Amino acid sequence: MAAAGTCGTGTRSTGSVVAAASTNNVTSFHRRGPRASGADSGCSRLVSIAGTRPSVRNGQLLVSTGLPALDQLLGGGLAVGTVLLIEEDKYNIYSPLLFKYFLAEGIVSGHALLVASAKEDPADILQKLPAPLIDDSYKKECDEDVCSHKTESDVKMKIAWRYQLLPKMEQAGPVSSSRFGHYYDISKRIPQQLIETSKWHGFFLPEKISSTFNVEPCSLTSGYMKLLQFIQNIIYEEGFDGSNPQKKQKNILRIGIQNLGSPLWGDDICCTENCDTSHSLTKFLYILRGLLRTSLSACIITMPTHLIQNKAVIARVTNLSDTVVGLESFIGSEKETNPLYKDYHGLIHIRQIPRLNNLIYDISDVKDLAFKLKKKLFTIEWVQDNYLRQERNIYPPGFSYLLKQKDSAWGEGSLQHSTFLMSFLAKATAFASRLVRHCEPLKQTGSGRIRQAAGPRLWHDGRRQEAPGLLVTPP
Amino acid sequence: MWWVLLSSLRCIHYSPSSHPAPLCVPELGMFPELNNLLNTSPEGAEQGKLTLLCDAKTDGSFLVHHFLSFYLKANCKVCFVALVQSFSHYNIVGQKLGVSLTAARERGQLVVLEGLKSAVDVFFQPQEEPHPLQFLREANAGDLQLLYAFVRDALEPVDGGEAVWRCPVLLVDDLSALLSLGMGPVAVLDFVHYCRATVCREWKGNVVVLVHDSGDAEDEENDVLLNGLSHQSHLILRAEGLATGFCKDVHGQLRILWRRPLQPTAHRDRNLTYQYKIQDKSVSFFAKGMSPAVL
Repeated sequence: MAAAGTCGTGTRSTGSVVAAASTNNVTSFHRRGPRASGADSGCSRLVSIAGTRPSVRNGQLLVSTGLPALDQLLGGGLAVGTVLLIEEDKYNIYSPLLFKYFLAEGIVSGHALLVASAKEDPADILQKLPAPLIDDSYKKECDEDVCSHKTESDVKMKIAWRYQLLPKMEQAGPVSSSRFGHYYDISKRIPQQLIETSKWHGFFLPEKISSTFNVEPCSLTSGYMKLLQFIQNIIYEEGFDGSNPQKKQKNILRIGIQNLGSPLWGDDICCTENCDTSHSLTKFLYILRGLLRTSLSACIITMPTHLIQNKAVIARVTNLSDTVVGLESFIGSEKETNPLYKDYHGLIHIRQIPRLNNLIYDISDVKDLAFKLKKKLFTIEWVQDNYLRQERNIYPPGFSYLLKQKDSAWGEGSLQHSTFLMSFLAKATAFASRLVRHCEPLKQTGSGRIRQAAGPRLWHDGRRQEAPGLLVTPP
Repeated sequence: MWWVLLSSLRCIHYSPSSHPAPLCVPELGMFPELNNLLNTSPEGAEQGKLTLLCDAKTDGSFLVHHFLSFYLKANCKVCFVALVQSFSHYNIVGQKLGVSLTAARERGQLVVLEGLKSAVDVFFQPQEEPHPLQFLREANAGDLQLLYAFVRDALEPVDGGEAVWRCPVLLVDDLSALLSLGMGPVAVLDFVHYCRATVCREWKGNVVVLVHDSGDAEDEENDVLLNGLSHQSHLILRAEGLATGFCKDVHGQLRILWRRPLQPTAHRDRNLTYQYKIQDKSVSFFAKGMSPAVL
């Protein structure tokens, strides 16, 4: 009752506030995103900018990260005015891909780009961007991959039927160039004319640092200082902060900063635990956030957090960034040989999603996400899909099984596998009882002792060799 | 210390001036359930208190929105030091909770220091007048004297006129950001100390601050700040993520700790724990294990 009362009067008061606020044009910048730019109060209607869309939840302006699967995980896309921090994987193989997708998406959508790097010339980075897939060519790519999995997904799941009800990861469809979110072919380079027609600014640290500058000493390292001034300059001159309202069509500035925090930027934070410039990086992120919140821009930063010695700094960096995504590749780790992950190249962790203009945020229910770099595409999938494929091999339908708790009867089954099955059985109790207890004794076809774990050879000659999963009966 | 300490300040005596407040009125838009748990209402809000909000492994900003709308409804003069988000963010959430921050700012009830916007102004252009965030330009972390001066000027009760507002309130979101900007924990503790002396003791107002708890990240500076503040605050609200990880129906756990007992006769600090779920316009609280999704 109290809640209903609150809701009723809450909407009334909000309505009156909105009515009063619309005279101040608050509603216009409510839809535009988390910025308080006074210059925008002049226009009362949202001018739609190419390559953006308002969020379903609160009308905030979103841009695509270049990977539609990642957009879906982040609640529709990256909010304009925020920072996407990518924690690099150990050997920095996959994080440049996400960086390139972001920039390529900017070129295809017609946004302005600002690329900053201490390692590579921005012109070279732009040359290596992936080519966009448009309409028919993507469909051909998709079909090759899909038909191999087609039989499995179409067959109704008999044992793990509950998982069929869960939402699938977004299945790709053919796209046109005007849509939000495009697909890219990594094996091809972006066509030269697209780069030439796009507006981009490059910041290559070795070039900028050589010129002398007169700046009073401040606790930011000089590389960060120059980068901040460069960004602020571009934002001001090109009018992304609304300083030149009548100039031209509004556009988004996409900022990409590569390997921030690495020693190439002049920062010691990856080398020692207690360094003198320990506040340099966090101060940089704070000022950058201030710049982004007051302009129409979105930023992607890749950072080698696995190199940062001081964990406290990682926590502070996470707090100062809006969206944080971590990549963990399997190269060189023990997970490489885990059969659960055998089709994937690494895990992707969504560590933080911002709550902007809202008390709640869109967080996907799916937590175990893995990525795979195919020849042409970078895909993100739910690891459970692999569970199910394996489970179907070991437990062919049509038989009843006894589930042993200790000393698992299925050989070298991983901990994840057994807990998965246990959790599944705990939920579907009706089915579990059928699986756990026989109604009538079945004719035993094997010797009653496990000689081998189920594998492809079990069905090799069309006849079932032994019933897997039976208890070992000691002689 | 920056300057001579106020010698009258020894320890803050909690003045049990207010009776236990009745249940809150349902029309109010901020979290009514939290008001119930804290046993307060905007009419009977206590004065002279330091409230510490802290969050561990989760986002405790909903508490900031609650207190902001609570004190605006309670007709207090609020000075809001918003360091981590833009003003429009708080405004839009405030509208969901039934307060308009722009209207409050226009009628003089609310003074906001927008940290992000001011930091950009201070950093790129040299300022003629001293600015509260001046320390961003300096290499060595100084102190927060200018920020304290800003707070003092904003909340100073106007002499000679009748009291328009109930009591002054300082709200800071959040203090851990000051550590990230190069301030030492002692400087931040000094700042809170001075604010408490002036706002709580002298002007009988309230101070509410938010600090992140870094948990196992071993942020020593943050721990010094958090422990120091926990020691001197009257009420601690601690939002924690669940130990078992993410859950769709229970977003976290809130621990409420009253450090200075309400009645002088009560010796022990009261400690309550609730679990909560954040919805679009409110937060619902329930006892541990009693989530409606589970029952």
